[in-house]
Amino acid sequence: MAACSIEDVLAKAERDEAEKLKSISVHKELELEFDPGNLIAFDKNPTDTRAFKKQNKDAFLRSLARDNTQLLINELWKLPTERVEEVIVAKLPEPTTRLPREKPVPKPRPSTKWEEFAKLKGIQKKKKTNLVWDDVHKEWKRRWGYKRANDDTKEWLIEVPETADPNEDQFSKRIKAKKERVAKNELNRLRNIARGQKIKVPGVGLAPSDQQSKTELGKAIHVAKHSTASVGKFQGNLPKEKAPKNIGKKRQFQPLIGDFSVEKQKQLDLLNIMDSKKPRIDITKAVNKQMREEDRQSGFQKRKSSGKKGRKGNFSGKGTAKGKGKKGGPGGGGGKNRKPRMKQGKR
Amino acid sequence: KPKTKRSKRFLQGREPKLNENIKNAMLIKGGNANQTVTQALKDIYSLKKPNAVMYKKKNITRPFEDQTSLEFFSKKSDCSLFLFGSHNKKRPDNLVFGRMFDFHVLDMIELGIEKFVSLKDVKNSKFPEGTKPLLIFAGDAFETDNEHKKLKSLLIDFFRGPTVSCVRLAGLEHVLHITALDGKIYFRSYKALLKKSGCRTPRIELEDMGPSFDFTMRRTHLASDDLYKTAHRQPKALKPKKKKNVSHDVFGTKYGRLHMQKQDLARLQTRKMKGLKKRKGE
Repeated sequence: MAACSIEDVLAKAERDEAEKLKSISVHKELELEFDPGNLIAFDKNPTDTRAFKKQNKDAFLRSLARDNTQLLINELWKLPTERVEEVIVAKLPEPTTRLPREKPVPKPRPSTKWEEFAKLKGIQKKKKTNLVWDDVHKEWKRRWGYKRANDDTKEWLIEVPETADPNEDQFSKRIKAKKERVAKNELNRLRNIARGQKIKVPGVGLAPSDQQSKTELGKAIHVAKHSTASVGKFQGNLPKEKAPKNIGKKRQFQPLIGDFSVEKQKQLDLLNIMDSKKPRIDITKAVNKQMREEDRQSGFQKRKSSGKKGRKGNFSGKGTAKGKGKKGGPGGGGGKNRKPRMKQGKR
Repeated sequence: KPKTKRSKRFLQGREPKLNENIKNAMLIKGGNANQTVTQALKDIYSLKKPNAVMYKKKNITRPFEDQTSLEFFSKKSDCSLFLFGSHNKKRPDNLVFGRMFDFHVLDMIELGIEKFVSLKDVKNSKFPEGTKPLLIFAGDAFETDNEHKKLKSLLIDFFRGPTVSCVRLAGLEHVLHITALDGKIYFRSYKALLKKSGCRTPRIELEDMGPSFDFTMRRTHLASDDLYKTAHRQPKALKPKKKKNVSHDVFGTKYGRLHMQKQDLARLQTRKMKGLKKRKGE
């Protein structure tokens, strides 16, 4: 009795094992081709059309899909797995199916003059740290940029070197030097771009564009004239050439520490103006405004008189509508004149 | 020309790159699109979200005659795949799948819908959008017939999803099964249930879920072989670098190769024996 039951148990266990293995194995004539990188499977077996037609179509397709999916899943479970934040994740290989790109291959960026030189000499780029220790402020600061370490323009005390002129402003000297370096860097950057795009740039002076206006040409001449060693002092003019207008600083500011009495006088005058009861009048503006108003009035009178002449027994409604619609300002005047005219028309 | 950093980044995202972005699809309705076609477009849009753009208005164009408006749309919305749906007496329930290369039409395949079951009609639980589907192509037509091969490539492009390096094994739910049979193409979408089996690999049960189409192939517009070659060209930088001087044996042993200069065996430095050193006197 016991023996039978043991045998039964063993047999049952064997059948269970077979069942389990059977459940995930699928028999196919031709092996499927897989592309696990893209999660794709290609089944090349010719489909059984007879079975398809006999059975319900959807059921047939579903069983076929189930078999194929089982094979694909089997393939995917063979991939190496790792655990990422309590989730089991399989590492996919590179996709093997060749698909067309959506955009063409990008052209490599044209290299700058420095990059070419470095390639020639074999200079490698050295990786630098982001932050640098600043001993003065005793903290880590950026290597370059806003609030950088070792910024010599921001020093509050500069010792005047013995060889330098005692009246020279050392602070502004450093600021000027920085501005020159920035301008030089910018110039080189633009020259690199121009070389990369094969645009011809003149050695000195403004680069020409087509259809230059008079002012642009004037500016180009001015720049060319002042690009000499003596900054244009000894360059002669052409026979009828005039000095260009609108050149120089647009706004002039008084120096910070100038003539004290002049400044005092200016401030007192300003206070007087604010105190006075008389309004300040800008004569030219007032005259212009008056002239414009007079022009408008005369024009309105002309139109009114011509409108009256042209109308011969027509209703004044048309004229008034025209008058009212056309002029917003003297619309009040036109409206006021409407009543007497209407009476005339009705008569 | 970009004026802000944000717009500059946006434009840089659209430039051609070595490793490309995932392809976006635009779904366009034709001049007379009926209920079936509109519903089909909506279903495919929900399959392809968020990498798809659905155009709400009807556009009266014919893809097979004039491709300029499609190219204009693709340039504006940076989409390289398109799906155009229309309906007329000659071609009822028409869907044109197509893709672009460099904003010019590469190939287009017109499929007619014979039978269509929408997402709404199948009352089952759905899964979140954006899951990468498992694609299965069945039928020997996909290997033998050239047009079917191009259709296979197009459908892979369309439904592939983003290329990832790892995938969560429990999240493989969406299965798209495409069969080519008797001149027709059956497109079915299932939800896969991973059941316990005795061993590590689970047993699959499928549940009919998404839209299902029965397509017939109508016209095609394929590009020339040269254009295909140009489109498929991969940049050299992407090719895997070959490791030189390393070879593997049949048994899996790894062999390396060292290159040395010629050594003067007479002056080789072996073990030093101070006592044997020749001194000045000797």
